[in-house]
Amino acid sequence: MSDPDGGSPDDTAPTNDGGRFDRLPETAADREVAGRASREEVLDWWETRFGIGREVLGGYGFWEKGAGKVWVFNGEAADPSPVEAIGMTFLRTRQEHWKPTTRAVQRFGSHATRNVVELGSERASRFVAGEDQDLPEWDGDWGYLIVSHRIAGASAPIGVGLYLHGELRSVVPKGSRADLPVLEE
Amino acid sequence: MNPLDRYEPLVDDVDAFRAACDRPLPSVVRTNRIKASPDRVRDAFETEGVAHDPVGWHDGIFRLPDGNPGGNWPHAHGWTHGQEEVSALPALALDPRPGDRVWDACAAPGSKTTQIADLMDDSGTVVANDNNLGRLSALRHNAERLGVTNAIVTNQDARNFSLKPLAFDAFDRALVDAPCSCEGTCRKNPDVLEQWTMDHVHGVAGIQKGILTRAIQATRPGGTVVYSTCTFAPEENEAVLDHALAAEDCEIVGVDLPLETAPGVTEWDGETYDESVTRARRVYPHHNDTGGFFCAKLRVGGSEVAR
Repeated sequence: MSDPDGGSPDDTAPTNDGGRFDRLPETAADREVAGRASREEVLDWWETRFGIGREVLGGYGFWEKGAGKVWVFNGEAADPSPVEAIGMTFLRTRQEHWKPTTRAVQRFGSHATRNVVELGSERASRFVAGEDQDLPEWDGDWGYLIVSHRIAGASAPIGVGLYLHGELRSVVPKGSRADLPVLEE
Repeated sequence: MNPLDRYEPLVDDVDAFRAACDRPLPSVVRTNRIKASPDRVRDAFETEGVAHDPVGWHDGIFRLPDGNPGGNWPHAHGWTHGQEEVSALPALALDPRPGDRVWDACAAPGSKTTQIADLMDDSGTVVANDNNLGRLSALRHNAERLGVTNAIVTNQDARNFSLKPLAFDAFDRALVDAPCSCEGTCRKNPDVLEQWTMDHVHGVAGIQKGILTRAIQATRPGGTVVYSTCTFAPEENEAVLDHALAAEDCEIVGVDLPLETAPGVTEWDGETYDESVTRARRVYPHHNDTGGFFCAKLRVGGSEVAR
């Protein structure tokens, strides 16, 4: 297996193997595979970016397969694991701005305390259909946000938005987009 | 020939049986409690104007009289999963607990895997296996949509499944929801009746015996194996159990299902089966206005060992 990121300059150092799952190292000091995120970095990122802390995510294991795709898993697995999937895709690393997956945001995003934009019902329907929209009133961070709406008495995360230059882009994957009715507020 | 003809001697009310088999089935969804409660799903359906009826025997399962189970907000949030009523039975019979190690031997497209994960509060490990890589991608899509984090997905032939890629060497529970002749799904897909052949029944019965045997071997002493199909054919149901009883150290135990059921049959087409197959449950379409189903619960022999 080759390391698509170029990996280590040292031929004997372990490289990322895209055909299996490897558990993330605990800290950066434990890192053996170049470019691989550590568990602490992943936990810090969710806490810093969204305020989702270790009380929510600390019990989970994090695994990498393929270059930069991190999975969240709550069970027992051998390390490494030559299987098709472990838990669910969670976070894209090995790029300047890490990107949470839609399903991770749906699963854990209700615990977020910052960088959450709650859309009104008309905007929420446009967002889940994959439409980009102007959002000049947003005064929080740029970059990846959790996009939510009110449904059945509470806020619920829909997916990931990318906020740049006054515009909220929907990055809901094509297969998950849907034409859904505008809910009465 | 219509294969339903051959099952008429088994049913209590032939006319009701045949009439039910001719009626289409309503769309049904199961609440995914990993992400939402049945109350929240009901509230969301009401706000959105999605017609929904309770099924009566389970508070998290709803019939949608207008169909389109995937075209609403609860589905987009992963709060619901389209799954026929009887298809929810084997996971209930398996009764998995949080922290268990569970094997779903023929898992794609994942309705039962995700229900098992839900019943385990998404903790412990459910190993979802299927020999068909294409169908596994549907399973993975469903598991992600429903937010399941405790599943490992494997692509092996279940008949000689190896636990070597796993972190443990035995399961607490295993589900064999076996490939079968599927006449029980004729209300959803009438083509199954035209495609039915006796050769397929005999061929698939051999596969079923191989998978059930392997599941019993891979489960710890005292553990639970559930065997289920959506066929009425005794060759694929009671005969498979009879084979497992003779080949492996196990017994059939009673299973309480929240629907009207009939006992397994001990005689068919000149064959007789072990008396204990009567503890297996047959679900006929006219009894609960559902699809057809078969479900049995086995206890693996030997004295229970704590891990």
